[in-house]
Order: sequence, then structure tokens, then C-alpha cells
Amino acid sequence: MPAKKTILHLFLVITSLLTVMPFIWMISASLMADGHASVYPPRFIPDTFTTVQYESLFSRLSVAQNLFNSIFVSLLVTGVSLIFNSMAGYAFAKYRFRGKNKLFNLLLSSMIIPSQVTMLPLFLMLKYMGLINTYMAILIPGMANIFGIFLIRQYALSIPDSLIESARIDGAGDFQIYSRIILPLAKPVLVTLTIFTFMGTWNDFLWPLIALTDSSMYTLPVALSSLMREHSKDPELMMAGSVITIIPVLAVFLALQKHYIKGIMSGSIKG
Amino acid sequence: MKFTVKILLICLSFLSMSCRQQAERKVTITFWAMGAEGETVQKLVPAFENLNPGIHVKIQMIPWTTAQEKLITAYASGNTPDGCQLGNTWVPQFEALNSLENLDKWIKSSNVIQKDKYFPGIWDTNVLRGSTFGIPWYIDTRLLFYRTDILALAGYKNPPKTWAELYDVSKKIKALAGESGRFAIYLPTSNEWAPFIIFGLQNGSDILKDNGRYGDFSNIKFREAFEYLIKFHKEGLSPVGISQVTNVYQAFRDGYFAMYISGPWNIREFEKWMTGPLKDKWMTAALPSPTGNKPGLSLAGGSSLVIFKESPHKKEVWKFFEYLSSTQVQLRFYKEINDLPALKEAWHDSSITGNKYMKAFFIQFQNVVATPKVPEWEEIVFSKVQQYAELAARNVMPESQALKALDHDVDNILEKRRWLLSR
Amino acid sequence: MAPEQVRSRKYTVDKKKHEAKEKAGSRDLHSKAPFSVKIPAAYLFLAPAMLAIAVFFFIPVAAAFIISFTDFDIYALSSFSNLRFIALKNYLRIFNDPLFYRALKNTFYFVIGAGPLSIAVSLGAAMLLNSPMVRLKGLFRLFYFIPVVTTLVAVAVVWRFIYHPRFGILNYLLGFLSVNPIDWLGDPDWAMPAIILMAVWKNFGYNMIIFIAGLQNIPEYLYEAAVLEGAGWWHRFKSITLPMLAPTTIFVGIITMIGYFQLFAEPYVMTQGGPLNRTLSIVQYMYEEGFRWWNMGYSAALAFVLFFIIFAAALLQLRFQKDVE
Repeated sequence: MPAKKTILHLFLVITSLLTVMPFIWMISASLMADGHASVYPPRFIPDTFTTVQYESLFSRLSVAQNLFNSIFVSLLVTGVSLIFNSMAGYAFAKYRFRGKNKLFNLLLSSMIIPSQVTMLPLFLMLKYMGLINTYMAILIPGMANIFGIFLIRQYALSIPDSLIESARIDGAGDFQIYSRIILPLAKPVLVTLTIFTFMGTWNDFLWPLIALTDSSMYTLPVALSSLMREHSKDPELMMAGSVITIIPVLAVFLALQKHYIKGIMSGSIKG
Repeated sequence: MKFTVKILLICLSFLSMSCRQQAERKVTITFWAMGAEGETVQKLVPAFENLNPGIHVKIQMIPWTTAQEKLITAYASGNTPDGCQLGNTWVPQFEALNSLENLDKWIKSSNVIQKDKYFPGIWDTNVLRGSTFGIPWYIDTRLLFYRTDILALAGYKNPPKTWAELYDVSKKIKALAGESGRFAIYLPTSNEWAPFIIFGLQNGSDILKDNGRYGDFSNIKFREAFEYLIKFHKEGLSPVGISQVTNVYQAFRDGYFAMYISGPWNIREFEKWMTGPLKDKWMTAALPSPTGNKPGLSLAGGSSLVIFKESPHKKEVWKFFEYLSSTQVQLRFYKEINDLPALKEAWHDSSITGNKYMKAFFIQFQNVVATPKVPEWEEIVFSKVQQYAELAARNVMPESQALKALDHDVDNILEKRRWLLSR
Repeated sequence: MAPEQVRSRKYTVDKKKHEAKEKAGSRDLHSKAPFSVKIPAAYLFLAPAMLAIAVFFFIPVAAAFIISFTDFDIYALSSFSNLRFIALKNYLRIFNDPLFYRALKNTFYFVIGAGPLSIAVSLGAAMLLNSPMVRLKGLFRLFYFIPVVTTLVAVAVVWRFIYHPRFGILNYLLGFLSVNPIDWLGDPDWAMPAIILMAVWKNFGYNMIIFIAGLQNIPEYLYEAAVLEGAGWWHRFKSITLPMLAPTTIFVGIITMIGYFQLFAEPYVMTQGGPLNRTLSIVQYMYEEGFRWWNMGYSAALAFVLFFIIFAAALLQLRFQKDVE
């Protein structure tokens, strides 16, 4: 039995190493001088450590602006969509109104439509509104999200009606009930949704690629792919760009991983 | 005393008012430039602003590889800059979009920018239906970069002058390389259309026919050229695909291939990589031609300066263009990033005449032609010519079938153009 | 991809429950006075989200449908007088377009290649981590999960270099097994498998988490009973684990498939669709036609074809789910 256990753990260690190896290689190559990654046999550790790639990213290629764009846009979308979605999710859970179920079903069934379908007209709409190449162009399609509404509705359903009714008897208005009772009680699902939205926006590629035309407006993934095409002969530089793109999102995940994983799990077992 | 103070004060306030007025009148123009040009033009802005205190120039750099896409997006979304650097093959497209300012009247009243100062073949790329829409900024063309040492080993003291010689030397280099996996020439199919178009033009093909209404690739003239180039891939003289070569310069240094057809922007990089014993082991040469009685044709390439119609500051942009079109500034570009000056006068400067790699370029520029001036040109070459060249090079499709399919696809792309022309 | 995944799952699970509620809800509605004070508040809460979804989702969907019957292109952008209504021509062209079939084939290759493989790896990893023998579960789970949260473009950059025929690590490691160097992304036959391998690495952690949750829901006594009956490992896996996990597996299958049909960033960054267009996906073809060459009518038609393919595939899987139940 102990032998079996050792083999099992050995296997886990090796596969874990293989899984994280691309990241190790990424970091190590990003600390090499020009041309040092293009050698045979591959080097896993730089001969001499240098931060020259990072310096040229920030000084010559103004990646700081892209980093700011990514952070700003992700926070903006997360903030706005959290408000919109929680309001709508609450309404679907706790109010009765005409056409509610039809509306809800319509929303649910429209989730099968891939977002690519809307991209062309959305681009044209935003163009005529003069919003292409602005932060608004990223915010607008992310403002409300059917999945978010659904998640919050499911959670709000579990909040007992009696709490709401007693608040109403105490004279609380609709908005007070939402902000003082529902939001605090729904905190776990809001945290989960925050991480999902933040990461989703941060990692999004196709839409920012289309809607942002100016390199000073690019988010990190778009900037990185443009870097990739322009500087494909400098792998060390691109590795440094990858590291910068990944670190913030990894930090958010590591800080809140329990909520994130719980979010995936709770979504999967029973809705 | 008090009176004079008062007068002084009044004068001062007038002064400050005029100052403020001047500050208010300061016009900001945006200018988009690509790649290295963007970085260099940025350095030239302060000198221009000193000469023209009323103008502030904002430079936006866009990468070459996505430039055309980004410009069209900017056009589509109404975000075009005031002025821009435009690859001269793109001028027809933006003109078709009705987005470029007709420069005829500006040129007529300018004493800096005059047609006869430029290479005629290059100037012509900016002329559509008799009107000029762009000013040549710098020029380029493609020719042969080769390793003198490797060619000498293969028995060639001089670069190949004819198609037959080019093929022969490639065979010999490949034979010398043996099992080392090295190649004679780098002719990438999936990201470079230029060699195919150049050799087609050399062989007398018009590429498109009927005023750009249909593709003319199946024509024997193009087919011969196409088959000739594909032979290099099929016989292993050129690597198929591009993934082997991460860095062209490094590969050239390592002797992974001995010849490469490309443009002046490479000179700097080759100089950087070919050091030590390899320092004098490479050269430039005008392209070989089918028969060899004169240098082969190449493309009239380069970038033009254009003004967008939407711009409210055309006068200021034109001033900036006049500044960029002075011999001194043109030479500065040459010295900084090897951009070849569009002004003929600049070519007599010692910095150019003294560079041995430039001689071939000077010869080649006597033999350049424009690509067909249709707005769909980029789509045709990037999405179709490359696609079918790759199919043929990898032996998936016989050449004649590939060219037939190419014509079919190109005719599809040009359908709208035919409809518009027939209206 | 992650949010969509959960999104569609919720949809399938919730529908029945929801239908039951609907009846209850409508009864309530009728019993109340039509002008209850609650109605305006509900609409106020709904308004921002519903407005955003209506204007920036439903209208574009309708508009895309209309555009797909026109030859909207760069000329039409410059003037609407250059726009033609061409009925079904875009769709007819799609069905005669060899490049579309190439992209369709590639996309199916990817979905069928990467889908089951990534689900199998996810399940394997989940069962490993669910084993009572394993220590430091949280740590291993974290390692397996990290690729999921990282930015795809960034990891594609690295993988492109891992696959480098001359300097990449993969060929170097394979060299120890005396495998000749493979030009992963440059060889038409290897490019898609290379992308599949990367996609599996990137995504298996997500489904692994879902499987772990599913495994934890299987009552322990089932296994205990099976052990008492002398059932071996394979038998227990086949007759307890798999059937008990069936709803989870089908759910995971649907979300994975929908996500994989929308393949884009991997080939865009790593191969630009090459070599020989062997990694060109439908979404990438759509992007190129629409946003590179501005053939927007054709691109919109491609988007709808993609939609119908996904729709049909999802229906098929749901039908399968019903059969299982």
C-alpha cells in the first residue's frame, strides 16, 4: 500500500510540474537577454538575469498604459454589471409582475446565441454612436449579463420572504430592502460573480481586438498579440509581456480562489 | 508716473491677451505612423514645432502588421487621424472609400513639394484617375540579399542575373549543404506575396485584367513565373512554411539560407547580425530577370503621406508634410532607420553614395512598377495569393489548378468592383 | 469561457424547476389587484439590465440577421447607396466555399479531438484528487487549475515557443525518447493536434473542479457495498462512478462543446490559421472576413451558420441526455 501511495504522489508531482512548466519557462525566458532563448538545447535558467525585456516593455512599448486599460476596464465592467445584474436578479426572484416567466425563459434560451453573432452590428452601432475605441465600447456589451442575473436570482430565491416582509413592515422602501437586506445577504454570490466577471473581462480577447483601434487603448491581451506579430523574432520580449499579462489575474485568483472554486462547484451540482 | 504705470499695465495685459490668443490658436494635429517610422518621426516633431509654434503634432504609432486593419477600422468608426503614413499600395483603397484629400491644389501652390523632384515610378503609385492623393515619403523596393561566401563556394563570384542562374546557384548551394538541412533561398509563401507578384510582373503579366475587373493569374505569363518559384519549394531549395525561422537575420547569419528577396528595411538588421568574420560576407543585388538583358523589375514600394478628408486642420498637416519632404529631413530618416529618400536630390548625398549596399537599390529603382491599383489589392494578395502559393508549394494542388482557383476567388472578390464600375 | 460554461448548465438544470414555478407565479398574479405597488419597483430594478440586453444584444442579433442578406462591405461603409440586398447569396456562397468547409472541418476536428480528451483528462484528474490516499489535495488542485485562470493569449505566446521546431522544449524532451524533431505548428498535419494539446492543458482544470464536486456527491456506501461484493476497481468505476456522474458528464460535455466551437484566440495567436489553413476556425474565418476585409454581409452569414451548428449540436446532446434519463 505505501508503494502505491508513493507512486500516486510521484505521478501527481510530475504532472503538476508539467502543468506549471510553461509558466516557469515563461518567467525564466523573460529574464534572458535578446536571443538567449533561441538556443539548442533549451536553457531553463538564464545565464545572466536581466530585466532589460521588462524595461523595454515599459519604456519603449508603453505597456504601463495597457496595464492601466486592462485594470480600469475590468473594474468598470465588474462594478457596473454587478449593480445591473443584482438588481435584475433580485427582481426576478422576489417580485411578481406580468410576463415575468416568459421574459426569464426568453433570456435563458438566448444564452445559446454565440456572442460572435452580435459583434458586427454592435460594432456598427457603436461606430455610429462614436464609441468605438473608447472604454465605453468594452463596457457596453458587458453591462448586463444573463448568466449573472441568473446566478443572483438563484441565490436570492433562497433568501426567506419573511425577512423582506418584516423589513417592509418596518417601513423600508423597495430600494432600501435591496441595498440593506438583499445585497449583504447575497455577498457570497456577489463575490463569486465579481471574480468571474473580472477575470472574464481581463482575459477577453476577440471583442477588445475589434472595438479598440488605438494601441494606447489596447488591453493587455490585445497589446500582447500585436506585440507578437510585430516582434515575433524577440521571444524573450514576448515572454515578459506574457508575465505582465498573467500576474494580475493570477494574483486575484490566488487571493480569492476559494470563492472562485466554490462558484464553479455550486453552479455544477444543483442550480 | 502713475500714468506710465497704467500704460505699462495696459500694454502688459494686451501682451498677455495676445499670448493667450496664441495659445488658444495652437492647433493639434494627429499623425499616424507605422513601426520604426513612428519612433523616428517622433524625434523630429520638436524641431518642426519650433519652426511652427502654432502647431502641435501628436504622433500615434501603429504596428505594421495590423496597420491596414486598424486604419480601416478607424475609417469605419470615424476616427481617422488628420494625416497618416500609408503604404502606397493602400492609397487606392482609401481613395475608393472617399476618405483621402485630393492633393492637386495643395501641390500646385507649394514650392516645396513638386512632382519632378521625385522618382516618376513612385510618384505614379499615388495618382488615381489623374489626381494625386499622396506624397511619396520614403521609397522601397525588393531585391536580392545574398551571402557572398556561400555563393562563392557554389562557384558564383557574381550574383545571379537570370532566372536560370538563380535556379542553378540554388541547386549548387543545396548540393553543398547536403544533409545539414540548410537551404539556398528563403521564399516564404504564407506571409509574403511579393516574390510571386514580382516574378509575375517580370514575366509580363498584368496580374489583373480588364481594368482590374478580373484576375489574370491563369495567364501563361503569370503561370510560368509561378511555376518557376514553386519549383524552389518542391525541390527543397527553399524551406516550406515559416515556423522554422523565428528570426530571419539569425537564420541568415547561421547560413540557414543564402539568399532572401526583401527590402531596404533589412539592411540595418543584417549589419547588426553579420559581425566579426561575417562582416563582409553579404551583399545586395538587383533582381535577376527572365532573360538577363537588364535587371528584373521589382515593386514600386514605399510609404506615402496622405491627408484625411475629415481633418479640420489640412493646412497644418500640409505644413508638416512639407517639413518631412525637405532633403535634410529625408536624409535624417535615411540615417536613422535606412528609409530611402523619395527625393531624387537626396540620393546624391555622400551618406547614400558611400554605402555599398545602396548601389543595387539605386539600380533597382530604375526598374520598378506599381501593383494594380484596385482597392481590393490587399485582400487579393494577403488572403488569396499567399493561400494558393502555399497550397502549390506544399504540393497539395498542382500549379495550374491553384491558379485557376485563385482566379475564381479573385473574381469573386472583384464582383462588387465590377458592379460599381458598371453603374 | 468560464462564465458561459456555468451559464448554459444552469439553463438546462433549471428549466423544469422553473416551469413548475411559472404556474404558481401566474396564479399569484391573478389573485392580486392589477395595480399593486410592487409592479413599478420590479420594473425599475429590471430596467437597466433589460434595456442593456435589449439594445446591445437583441437588436444586434436581429440586425446581424438582416445584414446577412446584404453585401454590406467597405464600399457600403462609405455610402449606403453601395449596399445591395442579395437575399440568400451569402449563404449559397458559404455552401460553395472551399475555405468554409476547410474551417468547418478544422473546427469539428478541434471539437471532437479536444472535447472528449479534455473531459477524460478532467475526470482522471478529479478521480486522482478525490482518492482518500492523496495528501495536499488543495495544492495539487491549485497546480492543475492555474492554466484555467491565465490569459489565453499569454499562454499561447509561450506555447508557440514550446512548439518551436528547433529551440522548443517539447522537441527537446521528445529527443530523449529519440523522437525526431517535429515542426509542430509548421506542419499541416501536426498544427491542429498541437493546438488541441494546448487547449486540453489550458482547460482541463475547470471541468476537473466540476467532476470533483460530482464525485463528492456519490454516496460512499455504494462503493462500500461494491467492495463487499468483491467488485474490482474497473468494475466499480464502470457500474457506480460513470452512471452516477452521467448528468455531470453530459453537462460538462455541452458546455465544453459550445466553448470549443468558438475556437479563435489559439489559432489567431499561434498559427494565424495556417499552415495551409489547417487551423483556420469558423470564428477566425468570420473575423477575417468581417473585420479584416470588411465583407460584413458574408461574415454575418457565417456567424449564423455557426449559431445553427452550435444549436443543433446542443439539441443533439440534450436528446442524448433525455435518453440517458
